[in-house]
Amino acid sequence: MHMADALISPAVGGVMLVATAGLTVYSARKLEEEIDDRKIPLMGVLGALVFAAQMINFTIPGTGSSGHLGGAMLLAVLLGPYAAFLTMASILTIQALFFADGGLLALGCNIFNMGFFPCFVVFPLIYKRIAANSVERKRILAAAMVASIIALQLGALGVVTDTFFSNISDLSFKTFVLLMLPIHLAIGIVEGFVTASVVSFVTRSRPGVLQVAAEPSSGKQVSIKPVLITLVIIAALTGGFLSWFASANPDGLEWSIARSSVNKVLRSSESGIHGLLSGVQKKTAVFPDYNFRKDETDGSAKSESTQGKQDAWPSVSAGTSISGLLGGAMSLVLAGLIGFGIRTVQRRRPDK
Amino acid sequence: MGSIESSFFDIGHLDALSSKDTPIHRVDPRVKVLTTIYFIAVVISFNKYDPAGLAPLVIYPVAIMTIGNIPFSYIMKKLLIASPFVLSVALFNPILDRTPVLDLGLFSVSGGFVSFASIAAKFVLTAGAGLALIACTGFDSICSALSKMGVPGAFTIQLIFVYRYIFVLGEEAARMVRARALRSFGNKGLGMTVYGSMIGQLLLRTMDRAQRIHLAMLCRGFDGEIHHVASSKIRLSDFFFLAGWSGLFTLLRLYNFPAWLGRELGRLI
Repeated sequence: MHMADALISPAVGGVMLVATAGLTVYSARKLEEEIDDRKIPLMGVLGALVFAAQMINFTIPGTGSSGHLGGAMLLAVLLGPYAAFLTMASILTIQALFFADGGLLALGCNIFNMGFFPCFVVFPLIYKRIAANSVERKRILAAAMVASIIALQLGALGVVTDTFFSNISDLSFKTFVLLMLPIHLAIGIVEGFVTASVVSFVTRSRPGVLQVAAEPSSGKQVSIKPVLITLVIIAALTGGFLSWFASANPDGLEWSIARSSVNKVLRSSESGIHGLLSGVQKKTAVFPDYNFRKDETDGSAKSESTQGKQDAWPSVSAGTSISGLLGGAMSLVLAGLIGFGIRTVQRRRPDK
Repeated sequence: MGSIESSFFDIGHLDALSSKDTPIHRVDPRVKVLTTIYFIAVVISFNKYDPAGLAPLVIYPVAIMTIGNIPFSYIMKKLLIASPFVLSVALFNPILDRTPVLDLGLFSVSGGFVSFASIAAKFVLTAGAGLALIACTGFDSICSALSKMGVPGAFTIQLIFVYRYIFVLGEEAARMVRARALRSFGNKGLGMTVYGSMIGQLLLRTMDRAQRIHLAMLCRGFDGEIHHVASSKIRLSDFFFLAGWSGLFTLLRLYNFPAWLGRELGRLI
């Protein structure tokens, strides 16, 4: 469920990155209020533990497949929401950097989907209420099960929403939801069992660990209101800026609104930023008649053509298509040649 | 259980690559992080029906990896391992979008295939640039760059901690897996109950370890912050690196280089 950069638009990635940055700052401040610096190494090693545990597989009876731990819920139970969020964020960052598991700009989406939902929504609202600090096995199992399932469903829904607003995939919202939710229901059940068995193992063999770890912060309260307000302003600014920067073609939010709304009035033609930008592009373009995709004689035809598959692209011509392909291939060759050239120069000067 | 050991070997290998000394390795980590982020933003801002426009951008990862002396085959292998989720989502595009957009004379290509190609190209470029960044910079330098750029200390400390203890706990986990494998026959003992208490054991040991680490840190004067020694001056060459690459990305985004090249070549032929 790690989102890659290739599947999101800059606007979606930017907004989610800003939201996650805000949450990180907020959690860090909350943690500093606790003044308990025993937690710092504990968070670190538990993060590494989740990492290590993800590499141990177990067989799932009756399916022949194997599963492993996700970890967010377990971390929330052991560390409390703020520390768990920071730990989860660091795990996801390392996965993105070292394994290309989720992109760098998509990191905001990933931390939000796999960190925010379990730590800040499901743990306080669901797990805590059901478990209620009980040591009873069935109660822990029920709490972990319900919490894990809901957390994964929310996360999967987050993935679908990010993808939908990015408009890179042609999957419709409904189809993608129908694909993602059942898969993550199964994963959630497995995750619930694992979390419950680990938590009840710990409560049995060393009671007291959980109470110490997840105690509510004793320091003074940090108000979340100013954080939230700044966050909303920055998110709006970033979103606006990035979607302006993104593309002269209607994409993301605007495109999906235009596609799904019955009211076609929203369909923008030569107005607003898109009109402005396509005008700029027309003026600055060295070769305005390049039509790998579609030659646009006016802006309205352009936004019309992106309305969906029912519109055929009118001007498909063999000549320009081939020149587009040829140009692309040649640029690749050129880039390769430059790389080869650098390497040759390096070999000639081995002392470098 | 080869997979555990190999993935730790992988992290170690990336780290080893980052300790080389090439012009790219010497660029300030902050500059490299910013350039890479801008590169990724430019790549994903391309229209999904324009895979050819992305082609010239491949120069950035290629140049970084060549100058930085990073083996291409290694990065390619890592990309291949990470690709299934992206490709399985992108695979729906050719099925759902069948409008012809590209006419090659004998046959035409549907919009779905074009957008599939562009997603795949974007994946290779963005993930490749990310891996090239870590291979040319090293994790500690990236963390100190992040903290200098204003990322909260609590988070960068977490990054450093998790990273360092992955190796320790990874080895421990690998030993446990081997022990479990030796004691289980067929599929017996590989189920969830054993797994639960295994992770639980590992967890308890980890918590004890955390306590020992904390005491050791206090003995060495830990005050809630990790201090970095590396010099923090951005040199003129760093500035040129950032400005040059960003300028190139912006130009390639605004002007369609492959289209021009293709037409000129077509004219010549």
